Amino acid sequence: MDATKRKNLEITSCKVRMSVIEGTFNAKSGHPGGSLSIADVLTYLYCEKMNVDPQNPDMKERDRFVLSKGHCAPALYGILAEKGYFDKEEIKSLRHIGAMLQGHPDRKGTPGVDMSTGSLGQGISVACGMALSAKLSNESYKVYAILGDGEIEEGQVWEAAMFAAHNKLDNLLAIVDFNGLQIDGKITEVCSPLPIPEKFEAFGWHVIEMKAHDFDDIERAFNEAEKIVGKPVVIVMTSTKGKGVSYMENQLNWHGAAPNKEQYDIAMAELNAKLAELEGK
Amino acid sequence: MADVIKKATRESYGEALVELAEKYDNLVVLDADLAAATKTGIFKKAHPESFIDCGIAEANMMGVAAGLALTGKKVFASSFAMFAAGRAYEQVRNSIGYPHVNVKIGATHAGISVGEDGATHQCNEDIALMRTIPGMTVICPADDVEAKAAVKAAAEIDGPVYMRFGRLAVPVFNDPATYKFELGKGVKIKDGNDVTIIATGLMVNEAVIAAEELEKQGINARVINIHTIKPIDKDIIIEAAKETGAIVTVEEHSVIGGLGSAVADVVVENYPVPMIKIGVNDVFGCSGPALDLLKKFGLSSENIVEKAKEILAKK
Repeated sequence: MDATKRKNLEITSCKVRMSVIEGTFNAKSGHPGGSLSIADVLTYLYCEKMNVDPQNPDMKERDRFVLSKGHCAPALYGILAEKGYFDKEEIKSLRHIGAMLQGHPDRKGTPGVDMSTGSLGQGISVACGMALSAKLSNESYKVYAILGDGEIEEGQVWEAAMFAAHNKLDNLLAIVDFNGLQIDGKITEVCSPLPIPEKFEAFGWHVIEMKAHDFDDIERAFNEAEKIVGKPVVIVMTSTKGKGVSYMENQLNWHGAAPNKEQYDIAMAELNAKLAELEGK
Repeated sequence: MADVIKKATRESYGEALVELAEKYDNLVVLDADLAAATKTGIFKKAHPESFIDCGIAEANMMGVAAGLALTGKKVFASSFAMFAAGRAYEQVRNSIGYPHVNVKIGATHAGISVGEDGATHQCNEDIALMRTIPGMTVICPADDVEAKAAVKAAAEIDGPVYMRFGRLAVPVFNDPATYKFELGKGVKIKDGNDVTIIATGLMVNEAVIAAEELEKQGINARVINIHTIKPIDKDIIIEAAKETGAIVTVEEHSVIGGLGSAVADVVVENYPVPMIKIGVNDVFGCSGPALDLLKKFGLSSENIVEKAKEILAKK
């Protein structure tokens, strides 16, 4: 990847992270940890991969995106705002009464949100339906879905995994955010879903492993995914929960807690410093 | 009665889907390994390219249905009521109801008339579950003619619809030449001023038989068919309360949360009159021939007659 492209992606993902902090701070609730771990892959998807038009969010031939781990909505809202789907000011009223940005994605009220999600395990099935739909009517759009590593403990995920392979949905790309933490502890200690790649392989998927915070590796993985024909692809990305905010990284308690004013200031100072460094200021 | 034609509404469902394919080229029918029983198999045979078997995975099927609908397909998803409304309740609520997706759920084998398979497969709770979902239309047709018309009407609505069909062959009493299905409108089948019997599904025919018997005993009963349980026809219920002063509801469903509860909601808030709910009384079903089970659980014209007289005494 050339340096300018990488830098621009890093700048955008840094802004998405700031949006996650801004939103959860103002909401006094939400899920910053898992939102920060998917900020880079979301940035890559919306800036480099997906055929979408923020001015025409319902464009028929657009690629679809389903945030199966719907609690990480702050990251999705961050990239949608960066892309211009709606005013960035909306971020500050995340989770407030009457706000456009609900605690979990709501397709009815938010431009750019293709599906309402939040109840874990359900988004991937909807993504399967969208991908099947394209196959049935010979349309060329692709469907992307992001799942949590804890989320794949839901049995429905494996119903969907079976369905996608059976129907040869090679227009479906699932991404599993392997950050190793869920609400009650480490995924290996709660009710281990490991090994993840082998499970998907056994279900008939093409599996690619990826480093979640390295845009060169993200590009490599997505390029490989594009070449796969006849089976669905899953990218299992090794990520750091809370990535980009020092005190949140790999800390379980930041799964579903908002920063207070002091913590907000520290996080924003860190992200602003990172942004200044990237922008060469 | 020997020359009465009997047909299960699940058959009507399968046949109506085939007819719909003529009108909608974006029609997709899903099933969860029960096509032979739900009768979507009739559609599968006619249009294999538009039929998707999701296997024994109802939760995933509801999500797939939502994804297909969100990308422009007209989707009917089918299973037994127990699994469509029961097992996949939360998928129906969160992946179809909350996002208000244009999915039609064709649920067959509702109620205890499933028969010998017994309690695990006799869903007496689906109306209650489905009508609590905001924006969900709930339809329970009474016979073949009404079922086919309901399926076609459902196809024209933009939004989620739950349709309840039966396994048991039941008398076809509506005339296909004159029948018109009006969504959300109750049907006054017989006028009367002493008491009103409000029925849904296969109990509508029993209600008519009960009214004929009551007539012989000098009681003039009104019979109303509520095929659309949500949105319910408040006007026809309030009018019945005012004009007859007593109501008996009858349904092949739990007395908790079904037609009886929906009617009671309307009556209590608008014009309270004495009411009796006939249905499955907060118990599980059991194995046995369907007709015997219906009698055992009081879902018979005889019990309707008895309860109608009981409520008359309370007027």
